[in-house]
Amino acid sequence: MRYIRPLSIDDAVTLIEGSAGTAAILAGGSDLLVRMKGGFIEPDLIVDIKSIDGLREIRETPEGFSIGAATPCAVLRENTALTKAWPGVVEAASLIGSKQVQGRCTIVGNLCNASPAADSVPALVAANARASIVGPSGRRVVPVQAVPVGPGKTSLVKGEVIDAILLDKRPPRSGDAYQRFTPRTEMDIAVVSAGANLTIDEQGVIVSARLALGAVAPTVLLVEEAANVLVGSKPDEATLERLATVCSDACRPIDDKRGTAAYRKKVAGVLAKRVVAAAYARAGGK
Amino acid sequence: MAGIAVSTTINGDKVEYLCHPDETLLEVLRDRLGLTGAKEGCGTGDCGACSIILDDRLVCSCLVLAPEAEGRRVETIEGMAHGDKLHPLQQKFIEHAALQCGVCTPGFLMAAKDLLTKNPNPTEEEIRFGLAGNLCRCTGYDKIVRAVQDAASMMRGAA
Repeated sequence: MRYIRPLSIDDAVTLIEGSAGTAAILAGGSDLLVRMKGGFIEPDLIVDIKSIDGLREIRETPEGFSIGAATPCAVLRENTALTKAWPGVVEAASLIGSKQVQGRCTIVGNLCNASPAADSVPALVAANARASIVGPSGRRVVPVQAVPVGPGKTSLVKGEVIDAILLDKRPPRSGDAYQRFTPRTEMDIAVVSAGANLTIDEQGVIVSARLALGAVAPTVLLVEEAANVLVGSKPDEATLERLATVCSDACRPIDDKRGTAAYRKKVAGVLAKRVVAAAYARAGGK
Repeated sequence: MAGIAVSTTINGDKVEYLCHPDETLLEVLRDRLGLTGAKEGCGTGDCGACSIILDDRLVCSCLVLAPEAEGRRVETIEGMAHGDKLHPLQQKFIEHAALQCGVCTPGFLMAAKDLLTKNPNPTEEEIRFGLAGNLCRCTGYDKIVRAVQDAASMMRGAA
């Protein structure tokens, strides 16, 4: 096994593309090292991307925010501008692991680990976040939900490295929120999770909405029907009941040790109502 | 041994070591450098017994590769006391009997130190959330929380 710390993203791409065996990208290592120790993977090459210029910082751009791929989640929470603009994304990122893990883990790692229960992903999908990917044939930018394709699997090809997550500037009267259901309050994996992102008009009517559910399908689900229910309405009781129904119906969960499929469908509806109410309040709705 | 030469700072001292690319920082601290304060409980970042501070961030040293420490600042439990003078947290852990078997204690002390650096006057809830990444199977946590509260108050008084 070789360990290399390239100083540029192009060097990282060249190293990985040119490696004969399996290559692993190391940022926070909170998934990679666990998988290596468990004997699930034995990479021939580890490429530590933390020394690459700009990958450990959050930049405010004319379009919004660019979060470097090696930025620990703790740094997201400490960034007041990001927390003000995207509180739902930040609260989701802050739920990954303990204080110790927060100092290392990244949202790009969370995305590429491709767990259906990843905490930051529903919030990023709801936020319409994009992944900036550098690879052998140049750069491409894709919606984050295009990255995971199934448990543990991504659409990235060999040599491709995500260098940043991009978030838009916020229109006025916008809010986002993320909630998950876990038996414990800390250090646990979501049974079901939901992220919502809303913009409302001056009368409090929802003008755009995105709602994503986690841990209820092989990948995080963007529930298009939820947007149809919400747009043009206020989150009154009848609207929220219709929202819960379309969200429960969109789920394709499995039974496992954390919950049954039937239970997950029901909880998905409940969480959808709660995150929409929370996002609505953050957007300034009453 | 053919290995990676790493130059780092541990508890204020310049340290150089050779390591394999897949060795963890915890393994190097314990097995190559004789710093056995950090413990391996789970080895998967769940228990916090191997907690250290790396460039002012609390991390699990079992989830850091040893070559990653190049050019960085590592603080371990061995650097907490000044000679024979215990850190207020260490002193209060003894006074409150906030330990039994002691395996989790170095990790708790590092996590509590990090917490009090960032928040010198935490509420009980903030202490419990701040230490949620550290598991103790003996004490039931109450004595640990009291010791941290008492140490925080002592440190605020001294400041």
